Amino acid sequence: MFPKGTKRKFSDSGEEAVSSGDQGPASPSVAARTLSSSYSLQRQSLLDMSLIKLQLCHMLVEPNLCRSVLIANTVRQIQEEMTQDGTWQIMTQALAAAQCPTDRLVATEVLCRQTDAAAQAGQSPKPYSVVGVEEGYHSEEVVMEGDVETDVTMSTLSPVSPQLSSASYLAGPFGMGPCWEEEEEDGECEEEEEEDSEECVSEGEEGDGDHLSADSRTGEQVFGTFEIKHPAPPPDPALEELFSDVDPSYYDLDTVLTGMQSAPKMGPYDLLDSLSSHGPTALSSSSSCRSDLNELDHIMEIIVGS
Amino acid sequence: GVHGLKTQHSISFLQFLLLTADIISTVEFNQSGELLATGDKGGRVVIFQQEQESKNKLQCRGEYNVYSTFQSHEPEFDYLKSLEIEEKINKIRWLPQKNAAHFLLSTNDKTIKLWKISERDKRPEGYNLKEEDGRYRDPNTVTTLRVPVFRPMDLMVEASPRRVFANAHTYHINSISVNSDCETYLSADDLRVNLWHLEITDRSFNIVDIKPANMEDLTEVITAAEFHPNQCNTFVYSSSKGTIRLCDMRAAALCDSHAKLFEEPEDPNNRSFFSEIISSISDVKFSHSGRYMMTRDYLSVKIWDLNMESRPVETYQVHEYLRSKLCSLYENDCIFDKFECCWNGNDSVVMTGSYNNFFRMFDRGYQQDMTLEASRENSKLRSVLKPRKVSTGGKRKKDEISVDSLDFNKKILHTAWHPLDNIIAVATTNNLYIFQDKLN
Repeated sequence: MFPKGTKRKFSDSGEEAVSSGDQGPASPSVAARTLSSSYSLQRQSLLDMSLIKLQLCHMLVEPNLCRSVLIANTVRQIQEEMTQDGTWQIMTQALAAAQCPTDRLVATEVLCRQTDAAAQAGQSPKPYSVVGVEEGYHSEEVVMEGDVETDVTMSTLSPVSPQLSSASYLAGPFGMGPCWEEEEEDGECEEEEEEDSEECVSEGEEGDGDHLSADSRTGEQVFGTFEIKHPAPPPDPALEELFSDVDPSYYDLDTVLTGMQSAPKMGPYDLLDSLSSHGPTALSSSSSCRSDLNELDHIMEIIVGS
Repeated sequence: GVHGLKTQHSISFLQFLLLTADIISTVEFNQSGELLATGDKGGRVVIFQQEQESKNKLQCRGEYNVYSTFQSHEPEFDYLKSLEIEEKINKIRWLPQKNAAHFLLSTNDKTIKLWKISERDKRPEGYNLKEEDGRYRDPNTVTTLRVPVFRPMDLMVEASPRRVFANAHTYHINSISVNSDCETYLSADDLRVNLWHLEITDRSFNIVDIKPANMEDLTEVITAAEFHPNQCNTFVYSSSKGTIRLCDMRAAALCDSHAKLFEEPEDPNNRSFFSEIISSISDVKFSHSGRYMMTRDYLSVKIWDLNMESRPVETYQVHEYLRSKLCSLYENDCIFDKFECCWNGNDSVVMTGSYNNFFRMFDRGYQQDMTLEASRENSKLRSVLKPRKVSTGGKRKKDEISVDSLDFNKKILHTAWHPLDNIIAVATTNNLYIFQDKLN
């Protein structure tokens, strides 16, 4: 009935969670200490589960927006609560202190190749990049290690202190974009992801930090898909002319959130990627659509070089 | 006649219809109840027609037989996004019948189609220039002229697409609803509601748009929408946050600001991280009278009086025993299952599905509820269905099933009630069951 998941399941009410003497990562604040450790374990587990869910999106079909919104809202709620009781800061501090080996993260990346978007945006993906909730879908705000502190606008996040620049926040992902290549088996990736989680969790309480960084790493992978539009290379004038009659309002994040999958090749393909459904919401004719699609096919062939 | 569930009443099993291997994704009776349409994950529509009641079967209504089968939608590939567009039929809605032909709207995630289903039981014979098999005759052999005449033939039911309404939805269409004016209809996706004229396919009017300027601010989506059954200017749409907005199209072209907002305040005792998810409305249906509307969220069915926005007038728990299992259900994604609900013909009973192939009925008048199961093992023809019970306490009585034994893969998401009679259609994953009220 239940898929293979994180080892520590969020105890349904009425059951006792795995209790442990550890209080959690690093030095607990007074607030964190007063929180029952089983509750924070459960909450953490729920958070991890939610992040995994957001990233395991369908490859071929656009992911369910409603589900993604609900999961993302759940993540936000947890973040908010953790911020209020001080656990959030503890976690991020612990991450800053801990040096999580990157091999696990690399493994995840190798199996689940992320798009080149982040690289294209001029940043090299780092394990502890800071990712705020809004960053992911705002085309102007590039997710960079340096800037995020200033750019974090989510009201539920407490103000970032400079020392956390290299700490990882939880991605508040709107993980719609399929971040993994089509060729990957969903099951394979899923397994790998879960294995990572399990590995992290099995390291014990301190592993929370590791776990978190893994999540934020994959969260960044998710966010990677949103960086496609920024900064886009100068569009091919030939392509521009071709699409000159297309309403430029389609060059927006609609495409990202409707699960656009980035192609390995960037460049002029960007332009094609950034078009949403071919045809305006108000006016369209299917026949002109078809001829445009034929032209697009032709262009794609040229680009792909087939 | 239509009547509510009394204690003497029993639901008897009428018919079991094995459909294709594909998953049933929508079930809908037409306005007379004579036709029952199903859509499936493979993009197919199967229409059943009720037999005329035979004099011999005094206690049974006519059975439903396959009337027409056609491929409504095909899988498409969006080259721009490198994504498949599923052919799965999300919704079917019948148009009110105006002539001999029947019309229905069927939709997948992106495209709505108007289908005409018509009968042909005569064909012209005796052409001058063509043989009966269609081959053209040599004009030189034509020596006499005759008038072609219509001769009876075996009944043929044809389905032909009359309109294709495409390219109006960036997000996934979750609802379509025909207006009482019979000229327009609405289609709703996660963020927008569009208004169409049935005759015009190349444009639609956007009447609701909740897409935020910055998608990062998106926290709520549209989950269902429906036109009022009598007032052609009124429609409602529900959201993932458990709100329903009633809009009046006369007020403004863009109905982003609602005329009424229906929302029940959250119960602080039941607050959890899953509160919002389980408050998300999966279906909204007006009563036939138009005075009430019903909403389905994960654990309950709520009846709202359109004149009272502050809270529902009735709330029915579908499977409250799942409340303590929400985390597990979140983990296996069941918490995101979208159950539909329906009214009976005179709005006295409402019905919705659950897990383990259970479905639930709530009699509003008698304040009774019933749990029944749609399964082959338990369904002998004309046998009376035995009510089911899920044991919630420690002790499980005989014949009760414990919560942990429930099969969450067997879910009944789609149910439909004959508009004029006590006949119900219940869809399990692959099969369609038809039950009727046993007349005493």
